[in-house]
Amino acid sequence: MEWFDLTVVTGSLPEFWRGLWMTLHLTAIALVVGFVVAVPLAIARVSKNSWVSAPVRAYTYFFRGTPMLVQLLLIYYGIGQSEWIQGMWETGNAFWLLFRDAYFCALLAFTLNTCAYQLEMFAGAIRNTPHGEVEAATAMGMTRATALRRIILPSALRRALPPLSNEVILMLQGSAIASAVTLVDLTGAARNVYSRHYAPFEAFIFAGLLYLAVTFILVGLFRLAEYRWLAHLQPRRNGSASAQED
Amino acid sequence: MDALIEYSPSLLAGAWITLKVAILSLLLAISTGLIGAACKLSKIAPLRWWTAFYTTVARGVPDLVMMLLVFYGGQVLINQVSDYFEWEMIELNAFVAGVLTIGLIFGAYFTETFRGAFQAVPAGQMEAGRAYGMSSWQAFWRILFPQMLRYALPGIGNNWLVLLKSTAIVSMIGLSDMTWLADQAGRTTHQPFIFYLAVCALYLAMTSVSNALMQKLERRYNVGVREANV
Repeated sequence: MEWFDLTVVTGSLPEFWRGLWMTLHLTAIALVVGFVVAVPLAIARVSKNSWVSAPVRAYTYFFRGTPMLVQLLLIYYGIGQSEWIQGMWETGNAFWLLFRDAYFCALLAFTLNTCAYQLEMFAGAIRNTPHGEVEAATAMGMTRATALRRIILPSALRRALPPLSNEVILMLQGSAIASAVTLVDLTGAARNVYSRHYAPFEAFIFAGLLYLAVTFILVGLFRLAEYRWLAHLQPRRNGSASAQED
Repeated sequence: MDALIEYSPSLLAGAWITLKVAILSLLLAISTGLIGAACKLSKIAPLRWWTAFYTTVARGVPDLVMMLLVFYGGQVLINQVSDYFEWEMIELNAFVAGVLTIGLIFGAYFTETFRGAFQAVPAGQMEAGRAYGMSSWQAFWRILFPQMLRYALPGIGNNWLVLLKSTAIVSMIGLSDMTWLADQAGRTTHQPFIFYLAVCALYLAMTSVSNALMQKLERRYNVGVREANV
């Protein structure tokens, strides 16, 4: 086919792999760190004390109400180019020097973004915990902390699995904007291949196929996880398994 | 702060472009979604396969990659066609490419929303409409469609919020929406922070207004549904 020159793809394979690897670890690190921070914040979010819940609410309101691209630009160009920060760079302060690094800024933006979405999911799941489970825990003499650790969190996190799988896939796709801050992720690699060969179909269709493949793998993994951890919530099948074996 | 005031007319013009992209994409996405849902529920198997293929690809590939493909790939296609017919150079407009991409991607999400909503209406409703002597078209518009909307509204609201935020990526193909204009203003004045913050505030205003409107609409379409009071 004239409009799809395979040699453009095969010639740039190492570039695509490096980009894919960048996409994968950016997404994975953001998701994992976001998860670790989201769980305690979700508990704060459902707190009846508004001094605890209001700041978390303000955080999710901002990060879920604005595009991740603008958040990324705000952190990388906005913070990194302010004169005050540049003054801090001259003093050689290691923490503020991080804001010069596009990788760190992308990771920070992605983590803050996915953490906001994940924590609202978990907070929703905690609120929807059947009241009887909490009552049963209290009746067994558990303290609030023990009930949270043994009963509420395991139950809520399991029920949050289906929306979490959605968020993981959205994060993978959302990470494509990393190329806006000079990072060469999978989309960035495709853009480089495009501009070198002027071959938009080869570059972007191949990148799209790779994203699609990763999405399929993730969907499959989450299906396995749901089978493992949500088996007790599945609708009962008609006819028992033993009857079918006969 | 002075810089922000100086550039505010330009930012507001950008906000208007963002809104135009979002609303036109929404219209395209809703029409695509209705057609897609009809295909997914159709008895003709190839139609179902094609729609399944469409929704999988549209939701499995990042919107930015799709947009770059439509923008740069579309230009190559147009050039080949215009070379063939010996027309003058036609340039693909970033606005058109943006609306087409976002509209078609979210068409896939709306397909799923509408499919679920149509299936949520009990089949007896349509049968009852037909039993009263309505034509199937009348029964569809008077009975099935309004009830379907009730189930679809939360999904529509959600999709709209995601769509609105994903319009920011049109700045990456050079359309002068508010993100792009903030980027330019930030470069000239060396104060990017305040401009990006202003864009965030504008997006927050849009999402907050949308939320309020959605709640109103949901109340309107849920007239006649009594919620359980605990």
